[in-house]
Amino acid sequence: MSAAAATRDEIFEILDAVKDPEVPVLSVVELGIVRDVRVDGEAVTVTLTPTYSGCPAMRVIEEDITAALMERGLGPVRIETVYAPAWTTDWLTDDAKRKLEAYGIAPPGRAAHETLVSLTRAPSAAATPRCPYCHSRDTVIKSEFGSTACKSICFCRACSQPFEMFKAI
Amino acid sequence: MTDARIEYLLRLGDDRLILGHRLSEWCGHAPILEEDIALANIALDLIGQASLLLGLAGKIEGQTRDADALAYLREAVEYRNALLVELPKGDFAVTIVRQLFFSVFALLQAEALQRSSNQELAGIAAKAVKEFRYHVRHSADWVLKLGGGTTESRSRAQRAVDDLWRYTGELFLADDVDRAVAASGLGVDSSTLESSWSETVRDVLERAGLTIPETSYMQRGGRAGRHTEHLGHLLSEMQILARSHPGASW
Repeated sequence: MSAAAATRDEIFEILDAVKDPEVPVLSVVELGIVRDVRVDGEAVTVTLTPTYSGCPAMRVIEEDITAALMERGLGPVRIETVYAPAWTTDWLTDDAKRKLEAYGIAPPGRAAHETLVSLTRAPSAAATPRCPYCHSRDTVIKSEFGSTACKSICFCRACSQPFEMFKAI
Repeated sequence: MTDARIEYLLRLGDDRLILGHRLSEWCGHAPILEEDIALANIALDLIGQASLLLGLAGKIEGQTRDADALAYLREAVEYRNALLVELPKGDFAVTIVRQLFFSVFALLQAEALQRSSNQELAGIAAKAVKEFRYHVRHSADWVLKLGGGTTESRSRAQRAVDDLWRYTGELFLADDVDRAVAASGLGVDSSTLESSWSETVRDVLERAGLTIPETSYMQRGGRAGRHTEHLGHLLSEMQILARSHPGASW
């Protein structure tokens, strides 16, 4: 593919093959962190937004995106980072949520937009994740902080399986 | 004269950087695995925010200092963090009570900063609000557990409140810098956050059965670069790699 022929849609298609290194079942496009793509002659500018301020995977993601585009003969590649609007798990498509569950990570519920933060971790019934293994709702959130910034640690009482959940933010 | 915008951004960035470093000291040492992971996650959020805020300060300064130069090549007297965040991590109760005090403050501050006239700062704040909500819930949850737990956990939590309380006043001290950034719309006057902070913190402590010391004396100095002896030791550890190998990269 020559750079001149690459359209915005084609670039998105290439980026849809770049996986999140920490959740390799989702592409960076499915994750919702690719906010914009601009093609200017041979140059490509990709605008990203981080999932969390300190997400250590961002550097790797930038390198992977640059490599994927250069491999297709595109470039120079410029990565821009924007912080507003802030990333929300509401940007995950239903398809992405299904992929997460199939991978063993409970997908996030709707992000709360409350102005008052509840002081204790008293998950309502709606916030109780469905076990990605046996699909039981008899689960408990053990800790809201998991192996990566974007996940919580949960436990299924029905099948005694610990599992992770994508935090709704 | 120092630029109030830069001074203000250094205060925001330094609070997060120093507290993030203190929390990172728990990595591999927390009482239970879940807490080890949680404290490391919170540290990561804070250090990530610090990197963005110091980067913005460096950009406005318009010289050659980037976030790394500001974090690793300043002396203690050039740091603008509140004294509260530089105190040693103490036991788990000290760490958790400090997290409650700071997180409630930082959440209120970030909520207000979402309306900053500086678009970049408003964006960083909007992201931070989501993160601080988790931090507030985490610390409040633990303060209730420690306060309502065993005699041991309760007495340690009470001691932590007693020891740390006199460092909370500094968070809300407004000086010319606060007033200048509030007037320009870039920042928020910290003193306007005190009543909401007090209401939330008192509510949690009361529910945890913990009491607030009756002293009205408050320590201050961090915002002006007058720090406790603890900051120098922290910086020596945090900065040694960057200072030993100037300009190194990987």
